[in-house]
Amino acid sequence: MPQMNMIQALNSAMDIMLGRDPGVIVIGEDVGYFGGVFRTTDGLQRKYGEHRVIDAPIAEGGIIGSVIGMGVNGLRPVAEIQFADYIYPGFDQIASQLAKLRYRTAGEFCAPVTIRSPCGGGIRGGQTHSQSPEGLFTHICGIKVVMPSNPYDAKGLLISAIEDDDPVVFFEPKRIYNGPFDGDPDKPAVPWSTHPAGEVPEGYYSVPIGRAEVVRPGEDLTILCYGTMVHVAQAAARLVEADAEIIDVRTMVPLDVATLRQSVEKTGRCVIVHEATRFSGYGAELSATIQEECFYSLEAPIVRVCGWDTPYPHAFEWQYFPGQKRLVAAIEQVLEAG
Amino acid sequence: MSRTPKLHVPRAPARPGEKPDFSYVHLSPAGAVERPEVHARVRDMSGLADALVRVIDDDHHAVGPWDPHLEVHDLQVGLRHMLLTRAFDERMLRMQRQGRISFYMQSKGEEAVSVAAAMAMAPTDMLFPSYRTQGLQIARGRSLVDLMCQCLSNSRDMCKGRQMPVMYHWSRGNIFSVSGNLTSHYPQAVGWAMAAAIKGDDDVAAAWIGEGSTAEADFHHALTFGAVYQAPVILNVINNQWAISTFQGFAGGERRSFAARGPGYGIASIRVDGNDFLAVYAVTRWAADRARRGNGPTLIEHVTYRAGAHSTSDDPSRYRPKDEWEAWPLGDPVARLKQHLIAEAGWSEARHEALESELRNHVDDCWNEAITYGTMTEGPFLDENELFEDVFRDMPAHLIEQREQMRNLQED
Repeated sequence: MPQMNMIQALNSAMDIMLGRDPGVIVIGEDVGYFGGVFRTTDGLQRKYGEHRVIDAPIAEGGIIGSVIGMGVNGLRPVAEIQFADYIYPGFDQIASQLAKLRYRTAGEFCAPVTIRSPCGGGIRGGQTHSQSPEGLFTHICGIKVVMPSNPYDAKGLLISAIEDDDPVVFFEPKRIYNGPFDGDPDKPAVPWSTHPAGEVPEGYYSVPIGRAEVVRPGEDLTILCYGTMVHVAQAAARLVEADAEIIDVRTMVPLDVATLRQSVEKTGRCVIVHEATRFSGYGAELSATIQEECFYSLEAPIVRVCGWDTPYPHAFEWQYFPGQKRLVAAIEQVLEAG
Repeated sequence: MSRTPKLHVPRAPARPGEKPDFSYVHLSPAGAVERPEVHARVRDMSGLADALVRVIDDDHHAVGPWDPHLEVHDLQVGLRHMLLTRAFDERMLRMQRQGRISFYMQSKGEEAVSVAAAMAMAPTDMLFPSYRTQGLQIARGRSLVDLMCQCLSNSRDMCKGRQMPVMYHWSRGNIFSVSGNLTSHYPQAVGWAMAAAIKGDDDVAAAWIGEGSTAEADFHHALTFGAVYQAPVILNVINNQWAISTFQGFAGGERRSFAARGPGYGIASIRVDGNDFLAVYAVTRWAADRARRGNGPTLIEHVTYRAGAHSTSDDPSRYRPKDEWEAWPLGDPVARLKQHLIAEAGWSEARHEALESELRNHVDDCWNEAITYGTMTEGPFLDENELFEDVFRDMPAHLIEQREQMRNLQED
């Protein structure tokens, strides 16, 4: 099976969907002639033409506003917002328009739009190229929110997102575009070709939206994570030799509560980790859900490991990043409690 | 001598108790403005953004190059749509005052802007309305009962009780949903038009906003995208002088017209007498032909006056002279088309009164039918379980669960 990194896998997903469905178009800043600043759309304009892979003005609100209109007119647009940090000028169009169009028109109008956006830090991007704003979007009813952690899922989930008749905000953790990152910036980079999820079928397949994945089965505690943190969690669990069950949430909305419940009912202990800031972050929703669903199985308080509640600092990103050390401490705390 | 900048805060020309002053409204005589070919270059027609296209002159005759030479039948249909819009508004306003509906927004004084435009466009063209363009619905033949049921949030409400009154939509009639977030539909209309061009359709999109919300970023987004991609779209600005309590200067209209923003983006732009049915029709048809032939977008500023309150929650006597509308130099669009028909097409006061009476009866009949589908206080009511539908195409588990929670409470 071919080896792909996450960029190639995402490119392959768009390539396949552009080929299968004449209604699919790709639009965004630098996505056309140049192929995207991360090369995610490389070659697609040459293959499908400038009417289907479209360079856009630098106006995220205009990109999202216009793809809603395209969706209403029968297309299935894939919009790239170059960095998740740039998405806010389009926030009104997402929160008040895209998410609620089907509802406010009682199903007469909808816009099957996918918004792709690289997120997360660890790339020396400072506060305007490192944010993880997924929690701002999971709070909006009417959109699905997805974040893959590996090339196989990235391709399968992006194909599902494009095929979905509801709008999907699709965050791509850019720190793991080229290889799985375990949270240790001093170790040499590892390419996806050394990882089983770097094996990606050439052709069409999909990974369903709304299903979490048990990445590593275990008995002692459950670690809920997604994106880059899936790899950090695995490394941290190995360090302390904890028999952790690691769950890649993958889809934040809709959330696969059943898989989470099943795990915590078994282990009785839960650590939640994400790179986004902690206060009112998505981890709070996960924590509340586990408390509501599994209270009588819990043997220890749930612990959250998150980015600090500060902007992402350029010079101190490894102090900010919820790396292995903080995860190990959390795992030990949860295992020792009770 | 040293000078320091002073913050300029635009001041309305007249406030309550003062004499109305419309000396700031730049007028052109009827028939005076040139009509370029629809394929003319933007740089060759920038004068249209500052002039005022008018067709009906002071003697009620149609004059000049913009006269659309409509058949008498079409003029009568236009008058009928405008009168029906006004009669509908009057009835709904009264129903709100009696507490039968929660809220209403009338379009009095602005009927020509939407009725003439809808008539000038093809039925397959997509319209992106604002909240004061009910004339689009009426000109496209929407049943008043449907509009009334929406305002009543009753069992036949097209929005299933999810939207406050006047937020209509009509997919079969190619009319998009009204949004309470202003100007958000402007870039959406451009995107719709881009999609038409991508697909190779010859359909055109049109959107309407008020002059006040040209200040929103989405106005800029729409003009940028419309110009960059030469989208087949008509971007209408209804300059009715007032955005709730702030006059048009607060949106930046003190020194240049709103139409004058278009040429800076490279967009053909026309300022038109919005109370002149023939002028609105002609300009809209010109813009639609231009778009359909691949010559790109047009920005149209309709100069009109908001004769009524912003909404039923508003009291304009607090911020503008009571007699301002009487002083409005462009008059009443309904009266002007009526006088034109009398002058040129054998219309008469008697026929006009008979038509008004017929339409009032029709509105009464529609209201009586609408309330058989329920009112705010009497059934039949919508099924409240529907409140969980249409958030997503298929209901996800958490919404099924929440619906169960609500049902269980009802059974207690």
